Amino acid sequence: MSKILMKGNEAFGEAAVLAGCKYFFGYPITPQSELPHYMAKRLPEVGGVFLQAESEIAAINMVYGAAGAGARVMTSSSGPGISLKMEGVSYLAGAELPAVLVNVVRGGPGLGNIAPAQSDYFQATKGGGHGDYRLIVLAPSSVQEIVDLTAKAFDLADQYMNPVMLLADGILGQMMEPVELKDIKPNIPAKPWAVNGMKGRAYRNLIVSVHIVAEDNEKFNLTLQAKYDKIFQNEVLYENYKMDDAEFVMVAYGSSARLAKGAVDKAREKGLKVGLIRPITLWPFPSERLAEAATTAKAFLTVEMSLGQMVEDVRLAVNGVKPVYLYTRTGGMVPVVKDIVVELEKIVQGGGK
Amino acid sequence: MRKVFSKPASLSDKPFHYCPGCTHGIIHRLIAEVIDELNIKEEVIGIAPIGCAVFMYDYFDFDFLGGAHGRAPAVATGVKRVHPDKMVFTYQGDGDAAAIGTAEIVHAAARSEKITSLFINNAIYGMTGGQMAPTTLLGQESTTSPEGRSKEMAGYPIRLTEMLATLEGTVYAARVSVHDVKHIIQAKKVIKRAFEIQQKKVGFALVEVLSTCPTNWGLTPIEATKWLEQNMIPYYPLGEIKVPKEV
Repeated sequence: MSKILMKGNEAFGEAAVLAGCKYFFGYPITPQSELPHYMAKRLPEVGGVFLQAESEIAAINMVYGAAGAGARVMTSSSGPGISLKMEGVSYLAGAELPAVLVNVVRGGPGLGNIAPAQSDYFQATKGGGHGDYRLIVLAPSSVQEIVDLTAKAFDLADQYMNPVMLLADGILGQMMEPVELKDIKPNIPAKPWAVNGMKGRAYRNLIVSVHIVAEDNEKFNLTLQAKYDKIFQNEVLYENYKMDDAEFVMVAYGSSARLAKGAVDKAREKGLKVGLIRPITLWPFPSERLAEAATTAKAFLTVEMSLGQMVEDVRLAVNGVKPVYLYTRTGGMVPVVKDIVVELEKIVQGGGK
Repeated sequence: MRKVFSKPASLSDKPFHYCPGCTHGIIHRLIAEVIDELNIKEEVIGIAPIGCAVFMYDYFDFDFLGGAHGRAPAVATGVKRVHPDKMVFTYQGDGDAAAIGTAEIVHAAARSEKITSLFINNAIYGMTGGQMAPTTLLGQESTTSPEGRSKEMAGYPIRLTEMLATLEGTVYAARVSVHDVKHIIQAKKVIKRAFEIQQKKVGFALVEVLSTCPTNWGLTPIEATKWLEQNMIPYYPLGEIKVPKEV
């Protein structure tokens, strides 16, 4: 198949449709609007439903209903809207329902702005909603990867019966790149647990997230933990970039990783042995890869478009073995390659922060 | 011997856990009888609420989905859009539908979702300990209006059914009560009609059921039925407010 030029936000939509997603419930917010626009046109063509909800809260609960009814279903939003969806995310995780959410992150906190940011990392990877649960979080860094990871998100959601978030940002949502839609096929498993009426079944189906007896809730949460352990063992994804002889290791994801790659190349032109580890799954986080890198690296530099959120996971993984430095821009500001290189040079000379 | 009475097939064998004199059990039974009579047990999907009826799915023998407080109409929307030929109903209390879930029920009605919405109004929050509800009457005591609800502090009780009846998308809106046998029989007819409207895919059908809460009202079961009749019905008048020509 030849390549076509697509905007990131539209690529989420087309990949979802190709993966068999027929239902989309959302509420308008910038900078993700092209995705619902695309779905409003596209889903009726495949016999699906696009519905604009009255709020993000309603949208995520429609997702909950459609997921419980056995459908592949998606919603998307950005920071403030994702905060509203967090109630539903906790219920999806508690009821073990598969669904895919897209967060095209913008500057925050509060209303912030509509410029690209990565400051929803904590919300995505550390909970966001209430209770003991985990969200699988995938972080594309190109439009092609938006396509590939969107298809993967639906498969992971069904496989693990868990909500999956695609964490992008305003750059990735708005940029256009050539993509290959490859041969994405709807890979939808049977869902004998779905609520769709008892006809043809000897038993009724029930989907809830309540375990009123504490002993039962603990038992259930331990089954969740066992599932999360399995995800952690099997689903970690990352990219190594010029890591073979790297003495200084940058860690960055999404749009920041694109800039970090540029900084690796520039630094190497200056003779610095720099490499990049790019987490593709933010949860499960590639902790083991970072721990391994810590045995040979001299220092780490995390580059983020936030005050420094992922850096906490990097420090946990490196566990004090080597220094972990941080370079950030925040509030919708984007790092530039030459500033990252300056930071690297400081670290090499022993003056990082 | 001729069998003249039995448990509806749509009810499970689990005994109701509700307080003595609470009318949730009566309303559950009416729903089960209607589902049996319409022969839709294998087609129906219930959306359970948060509140005293959070475990209502234990008492029925068909598919159920339980979601978040106030969100049942949104959850029902998701289910119904995936399965437009199945029968979907919601069951919400007054705090659920008329406070935290106001947006969800208003917009489900505005979209004319083809669901049956049951709104159980007992003028108080039951499960959480008798707090003031959006439907608590002026002067009515609750744990969060210990001197009685004052209009200066808490405004006025909401007549949700009349409010929703103003929307084009609400095709059927009615209020019934279950405080005595005559009204229970009437309530069943209305609930049945609300399911038949869904079968005909006409649009959003709402039935408000006035209900008792002797425990949190601080009354005996018999006193509670009288209190409902004397205090609630004058403010929440019974009857069909809106009926589509299709029925």
